[in-house]
Amino acid sequence: MVGITSYGAYIPIYRLARKDIGAMWGKGAGSGERSVANADEDSLTMGVEATIDCLKGMERNSVDALYFATVSPPYLEKQSASIIRSAADLRDDITTMDIAHSLRGATNALRAAEDAVKAGSAKNVMVVASDCRLAAPDSGFEGVFGDGAAALLIGDTDVIATIDGSYHLSSEFIDVWRKPGDKYMQVWEDRFIREEGYLKILPQAVKELYKKLNIKPEDITKACFYGPEPRTHSAMARKMKLDPKTQVQDPMGASVGNTGTALAPMILISALEEAKPGDKILFATYSDGADAYLLTVTDNITKIQGNRRGIRNHLESKMTLPSYGKYVQIKQMMEWAKGTVPARPSSLPVIWRDKEMVWKLYGQKCNSCGNIQLPRQRVCMYCRAKDNFEFVRLSDVTGTLFTYSMDDRAQEIVLPKVFSVVDLDGGGRFYSVMTDRDTEKVEVGMKLEMTFRIQLEGSELINYFWRVRPIRC
Amino acid sequence: MESIKDKVAIVGMGCTAFGELWDKGPEDLMVESTYEACEDAGIETTDIQACWLGYVNSDIAMTGIMAAGALQFDYIPVTHVENACGTGAETFRGAAMALIAGAYDVCLALGVEKMKDAGFGGIPQAFPGKWHPVYGAAPEVGGGVARYALAATRYFSYYGLTPEEGKTMLAKVSVKSHYNGSRNPKAALRKAVSIEQVLNAPIIAWPLGLFDCCGINDGSSAAILVRTEDAKKFRPDGDYITIKGSSIACGPSWGKERPDYDYLHWEETERCAKQVYEMAGIKDPRKEMQVFELHDCFSIAEVIAAESLGLVEKGKAREDIDAGNWEQEGEMPINISGGLKSFGHPAGASGGREIYEFYKQFQGKVEEPSRQLKGDLKMGIAHNQGGHPGNFVCGITIVGEPPAAK
Repeated sequence: MVGITSYGAYIPIYRLARKDIGAMWGKGAGSGERSVANADEDSLTMGVEATIDCLKGMERNSVDALYFATVSPPYLEKQSASIIRSAADLRDDITTMDIAHSLRGATNALRAAEDAVKAGSAKNVMVVASDCRLAAPDSGFEGVFGDGAAALLIGDTDVIATIDGSYHLSSEFIDVWRKPGDKYMQVWEDRFIREEGYLKILPQAVKELYKKLNIKPEDITKACFYGPEPRTHSAMARKMKLDPKTQVQDPMGASVGNTGTALAPMILISALEEAKPGDKILFATYSDGADAYLLTVTDNITKIQGNRRGIRNHLESKMTLPSYGKYVQIKQMMEWAKGTVPARPSSLPVIWRDKEMVWKLYGQKCNSCGNIQLPRQRVCMYCRAKDNFEFVRLSDVTGTLFTYSMDDRAQEIVLPKVFSVVDLDGGGRFYSVMTDRDTEKVEVGMKLEMTFRIQLEGSELINYFWRVRPIRC
Repeated sequence: MESIKDKVAIVGMGCTAFGELWDKGPEDLMVESTYEACEDAGIETTDIQACWLGYVNSDIAMTGIMAAGALQFDYIPVTHVENACGTGAETFRGAAMALIAGAYDVCLALGVEKMKDAGFGGIPQAFPGKWHPVYGAAPEVGGGVARYALAATRYFSYYGLTPEEGKTMLAKVSVKSHYNGSRNPKAALRKAVSIEQVLNAPIIAWPLGLFDCCGINDGSSAAILVRTEDAKKFRPDGDYITIKGSSIACGPSWGKERPDYDYLHWEETERCAKQVYEMAGIKDPRKEMQVFELHDCFSIAEVIAAESLGLVEKGKAREDIDAGNWEQEGEMPINISGGLKSFGHPAGASGGREIYEFYKQFQGKVEEPSRQLKGDLKMGIAHNQGGHPGNFVCGITIVGEPPAAK
């Protein structure tokens, strides 16, 4: 039976306290906090994180397709899924696809994945949803939005939650929109959207699902569904005749915020993290209609539970931004004084030649002397053997900080730029930049891991590469 | 293989004041240093048969035409050389080799750099070794501080120094050099500073602060080189110096990528020193040389250079500094000129500027008498290196008194 075979999630390390947003604008902005992607992160890099988390302990070659759902892609023209595939070191003879434009993209992808597995065109399909939507300053969305990503592996073997059925509803209802060139989302009157959209469309799809599968609301163990913010989310639960206290999985409004396309899958993963075999899970997304799924948790769930960073571990691992100003800086929301230092260039031919290193963080191991080294070169830097290497993946290798420096004047959004010389467990040295770090806690000998990030914005490109960070959780 | 020791003599030298020379272009600087050198050697610029021109900053020009135009050479060969901070040493080496080969009789080694037209502080587009858009922490304009700071962090950590102890050691180096530079009219920064000032200065790249760093600026140095047997024709007074050893060592491997590189020594400096000491017949560099111009783009660079040149045992620089041995009256005055710390570092001009310091000290012609070293000055070292710890190019020139005592 087709279903979910693994899950993974990602929440960026930074949080912004809503009281700091309120203090900035001199009004209430609610309690709790929201997640904030670091300046070197975007929906694509967060998607890589969730994908790799989802595949922990699994054979990466087993993935036959990757669908990436987002409304905040780094490029409007240029696929993200192909980069996520490469960074996660998946095979290249697979189908990659971006699903954009609708917050319902995660279930669009899920539907396509389920169909592919059922049709036999793919055994395992990775569904990735990720968003970091930029809210207009001093808008209601600023405190509501959060950044995050989720990944679900869909297959028919060792299923942890079976797909029992689904109902799909397409609607021409317009609530929020963003045209090419719009920096921020636009929105119609909130009461109209609430009454005609959230409280009607998603509940309608769920009611149709109840009818189709001949189940009652009380059969649901946990409902995991999209809601724009916690209050409306609760109202939607009541429309579906669900008890918000016992049957509804926390939408993480107080801790993460609305992560757009990734929100419903992230709620689902947090439910799976504590689910028991036999649990009935309602999973529903909203936007341009609604998709509703019924899932049943299987005995296999215990094999995955506790083996993923998922939602719970990422939630606990956090750093609070010191101020609203830092948030503005990280999100690059203002026009800054032009720097006097010329921008650093990129070069696509160089990146293409070095694609194994740039995207997959492959080092090379000398077949003559066994030493691991990067970047790529023809002659071994230890024994001078020529052209006698094999690639080794270093993206999942941890290391120890050998030495570091902290440059206060680098061309980097979050200063200081922490130059890091990292000795890798198993051999090799990676000269890198440390991100997601507390500069007070940077010290020689600390343990580090790899993370796929934006290395620089040069030549009008988003230039991704691997960085290091203190072991997250 | 024969040593080049004493085969080539420097019979004339010139050096501009270094600094942020807003009113001077590279042509002005080359004219000033070269005409001073020619006048010193008693020749005309038209007597120069070949020129080795060193500059790093390709923003200012390409090729050797820049010097030919500025100095109105008569279609002679001008070879543009670039080897990062070892560029100056490279000009002397190129000219010396040509003289030894007998290809020319009078050569000019000319270094020039015009960094302050760029519009910002720091070395423009400096990519030691291989440039890559994303690898290697992404090349940073002005990123030299962070690169050397990696070594400072490691030095403190390995030798068990607290940041305060480590930074105090480095501060003493800067205080010493600033004091020397305060008495050098050609230096860019002619101001003594206190340890407190150094320690309280803003951080540029932790653990290095403002006074741990040299500036990037403008300047030019020039030297007239001839075969030693001809030297007296140019200087009947015998007041010339000879090259005892000259070499360049390019790090072949990516030290920053090999876990066996310790960030505590400069391998390229050690290798280059071995070559030049052998040429010069030096067994005990600390005792046999009297003038030590070391590459101090950053305070930690001087500390580790002193150790890597074999002037002090590894890890013992701090004791040596505390004992005052690096100061003018000390056993081994390092950067008596004021160093890069006081002069700034117009990369192509620094190597020649360091040799100029020995030349003037040897002749007893130091402009400010209080800075004149006492005693018999037999040999001096001009050391430069550029790049990344573990991935440097090092250039060293050892100069000294001519074979027959003056």
